[in-house]
Amino acid sequence: MSELNLTSTPAHLRHGSSIGQPLTRRDGLLKVKGQATYAADNHPPGMLFAVMAVSSIAHGRVTSLDVAAAKHYPGVVDVMTPDHKPPLAIDPEIKTNPFVFRMEVLQSNEVRYANQPIAVVIAETLEAATEGAVLLAPRYETLPALVGLDAGESYVPPVVGVGNPTENHRGDVEAGLAAAEKQIDAIYETPPQYHNAMEPHAIVASWDGDNLQIDMPTQGLMLSLARVAELFGIAHDKIHIRSPFLGGGFGSKGLMAGPPVLGIMAARLVGKPVKLVLRREQMYGPVGHRAPTRQRLRIGADGEGRLTALDHHARTVSSTFDDFYEPAADASHTLYAAPAIRTSHDAVRVNTGTPLFMRAPGEATGSIALESAIDEMAWACGIDPLAFRLKNYAEVEPITGKPFSSKALRACYEQGAARFGWSKRSLQPRQMRDDAGLLVGWGMGTATFPALMFQAEARAVLRRDGFGAMEIGAHDMGQGAWTALAQIAADAVGLDIDRVEFKAGTSDLPDAGIAGGSAHTATAGAAIHSAGAAVIAKLADLATNDDRSPLFGAGNAGVIARDGRLIRRDDESRSESYAEILARAGVAEVEARGTGAPNPAAMEEYAMHAHGAVFAEVKVDPELGQVRVTRMVGAFAAGRVVNPRMVQSQLFGGMIWGMSFALHEEAITDRRSGRIMNANLGEYHIPVNADVPPLDVITVEEHDPHVNALGIKGVGEIGITGSAGAVANAVWHATGVRVRRFPIKIEELLTQR
Amino acid sequence: MKQFDYVRPATVAEAVAAVAQPGAVYLAAGTNLLDLMKGGVSRPDRLVDVTHLDGLDQIERLADGSVRIGALVSNADLAHDADFAKSCPAVAEALLSGASAQLRNAATVGGNLLQRTRCAYFYDTASRCNKREAGSGCDARDGENRTHAVLGWSESCIATNPSDFCVPLLALDAIVEIEGKSGRREITLDALHRLPGNTPERDSALEPGDLIVAVRLPPAARGFAAHSRYLKVRERTSYAFAVVSAAAALRIENGKIAEARLALGGVAAKPWRARAAEGVLKGVTPTADAFQEAAWRALTDARPSGDNAFKIELARRIVVRALTLAAAGTPARIAALPASPFASTSGAIHV
Repeated sequence: MSELNLTSTPAHLRHGSSIGQPLTRRDGLLKVKGQATYAADNHPPGMLFAVMAVSSIAHGRVTSLDVAAAKHYPGVVDVMTPDHKPPLAIDPEIKTNPFVFRMEVLQSNEVRYANQPIAVVIAETLEAATEGAVLLAPRYETLPALVGLDAGESYVPPVVGVGNPTENHRGDVEAGLAAAEKQIDAIYETPPQYHNAMEPHAIVASWDGDNLQIDMPTQGLMLSLARVAELFGIAHDKIHIRSPFLGGGFGSKGLMAGPPVLGIMAARLVGKPVKLVLRREQMYGPVGHRAPTRQRLRIGADGEGRLTALDHHARTVSSTFDDFYEPAADASHTLYAAPAIRTSHDAVRVNTGTPLFMRAPGEATGSIALESAIDEMAWACGIDPLAFRLKNYAEVEPITGKPFSSKALRACYEQGAARFGWSKRSLQPRQMRDDAGLLVGWGMGTATFPALMFQAEARAVLRRDGFGAMEIGAHDMGQGAWTALAQIAADAVGLDIDRVEFKAGTSDLPDAGIAGGSAHTATAGAAIHSAGAAVIAKLADLATNDDRSPLFGAGNAGVIARDGRLIRRDDESRSESYAEILARAGVAEVEARGTGAPNPAAMEEYAMHAHGAVFAEVKVDPELGQVRVTRMVGAFAAGRVVNPRMVQSQLFGGMIWGMSFALHEEAITDRRSGRIMNANLGEYHIPVNADVPPLDVITVEEHDPHVNALGIKGVGEIGITGSAGAVANAVWHATGVRVRRFPIKIEELLTQR
Repeated sequence: MKQFDYVRPATVAEAVAAVAQPGAVYLAAGTNLLDLMKGGVSRPDRLVDVTHLDGLDQIERLADGSVRIGALVSNADLAHDADFAKSCPAVAEALLSGASAQLRNAATVGGNLLQRTRCAYFYDTASRCNKREAGSGCDARDGENRTHAVLGWSESCIATNPSDFCVPLLALDAIVEIEGKSGRREITLDALHRLPGNTPERDSALEPGDLIVAVRLPPAARGFAAHSRYLKVRERTSYAFAVVSAAAALRIENGKIAEARLALGGVAAKPWRARAAEGVLKGVTPTADAFQEAAWRALTDARPSGDNAFKIELARRIVVRALTLAAAGTPARIAALPASPFASTSGAIHV
């Protein structure tokens, strides 16, 4: 199909130089000076502190709470329990739309997982509320907990991820495997992981009659607002949510979870503003996590090393009361040109909080298994892992047969490999050592993530003083959205970035959708881009229809908006400033709205994905088994780069996350109680600075005319994919030991001397 | 949180008096105690803050050649004391391999000696733990225990002592000076920490009211300075407790080991002195075979307490490596990644 209208034949051109510039974060100074107001920094007058008491059992019910003891404690104002709470307008168990998840907000004494909220103590001080929660001394009737990937009878869920089919087929996998000259059949396991955003979930809620003011970090302002509205039975316009800064979200702050609802209920109960902040260990339960997986990959290849079949099955878990299924096997849909592909999932129910989107849901878990398996297959065929991937390069999306809207993966492989020095790699494992005798290994992985678009709206304003404004309820999770979107806004209205007031982060602004799926810059950016087009069109109408303007009559020719002026497209000597146009027209400002949304026609025709290639070097102590990543190079093609500095930073973060996936992260669940035994940042290991090697990110030029008007694909999650597998494959190349259970542990590498 | 009294005595005698009531505990930097209080593991009625006591923050060289370290000297100050690091390099290396720079700046020598186990079941008040609550049971025994003890454990308790600092101190025969109700006394560091037996609730030989005021390294410790190393295997490059660690110190004369010292960390409820292995090495040439033999002897009595058999093999290998490194000689400078298997990695810039 043809390119989208906005890029090929816009009515008016807008020129700016903001997109593409490596601006530093516009909120950076505020943050380093401690002046950025995060949700929990808000202390309205009269505010009380709420602390959740959480369940120490994973399954059963609460039989008693010593409410009297808690209430008797000095400073405790009230204790909210299933027997003493404000009513909700609807049962929170009702799933009113696919993005509603069940939550525990004291509707019964049932316990479905460890760390489930079972009461809320409200007090004048945090200390009193904390002690009040201890004094509740809950008693339980404990039932056996369902724990782990073999907890019970497995079943095939209706969908995985967000509405993805549980199973997909193309071609005859069994025939492909039967015809294969080489085969592998391997099982990989990934552990439960928790988002662990630096900023814990927090809310400050204030009721004024039926009006509700909320300070809360959220990746989805309007989804949260709609959920609050239905739970409390109040109109949308009575609710105001502020979420100017998030200290990370990674998917755990996308949808309204139980704890912030408890904060709102507590404020209702006591008639005063209430602050509720989760303790670190309380984040291991009610606010989502990445479910564990066990993935079986069967791959066949012919004598030339060409894939004949790829079969990827993933077992995962969901909670006992709701459904979210990590779509791990779907990672095999897009990367490798097997003539026969089958992906499938099944699941068991366990006593955990419901799993949720966690940075690259499905893609991350699936990628480490797929990239490990491809590495194993390459070795089985005696072919270099990069050569093997090139041999099986997908010219069209394998599972659908659709052409790609753009795919610069070959360039990623080439540039990444060159920067890394991949050509010097030995085919055999355990061949390389450094001067100190440490084993050295090189591994690679292919990165991919879908280029998604959601829906968003933006409002653009041009003012008589020569300034403009762009309003959109967008979210900055720390990744720099405020900066990148402001750059798009500046170009959208043809003004210098310092002349555009960029407003985001509150629920009274136009709906920006959700900051998730790596789609926020693309979606919100598209809305901003089209709002800018619309407001420039209005301004141009004012000028071209006015015979006093030098632009009079230029309506058909069109104008160029640049640096605060409209310039006749076919005669640049004729131009006028925005301020002059508005002043003569006698209006203070013009405003217009624009939307961003996926293009169904383009989606029908094209497979849209970002791609990348990650190369990693690890060193492994040959006797002691400790692993350290010493070098990583990632080359990524993700469409247009709005801000190279932010993009690089996002990709760095993703690559570190991938390394963490391969080597560090794991929630250790007690096999009997279902309790998480390392629910803290001391023992739930994520990489520290000393673990992070020099990282090198290459952004590969890629022009995509189909994904959206700006050609943006998104970089929030792709960095994890490929990276985790690259590190795992490097560990194999260093040691000759193929570890298929992640994270890779010391004991796995003590097998050889 | 639970309310408590906070008192700040001016003298050691006042401190000892102030703590002499049930529910009173000493507070130094609080890098362990405050976490325990936040988690409800420790619920004291009174904190006796000892951080302002005079005279406990000195590193002294005594006339007989001993080094006396005041209990309030911070981990960082001790590790970075040039003379101390020169005379006891393995101790400095162990200190710098522990925790983070921020914690090392706060944590004290006395507090480090008394840090509690990192067993997750001890920290998790919903679990049964004989150390936290005598007689309640041990949920670690059949639980998630891949990092638990392989030496000296009992059915009552399989927890480990997490200290890095104590491991080379033990190898070097450190003495602990204690002020108590009946005055001052001193015991060996080996006698300070207890194995669990049937009373894992008692970590140490301290009596109620006892305050550690100093740690002393005897004159002989200096004799090992040329061949002393601490080696720590952990699950990330920094800011993690040891899976297993070892301190090795050798006195080499005329190409033979005149005396060897060896202690292990992360393997038992106390830092573990491997005297039998030391005996094997006495008078022999420092060779790989000798070190293998020593490693074998050091772990003779080891047995898994759960999913942790690998720690026994890992401990053997660490012993061999630590002895090998010690024999090669103490480096002139502590590596950028102290005690790490990656200490020699070129270009490392982190601590």
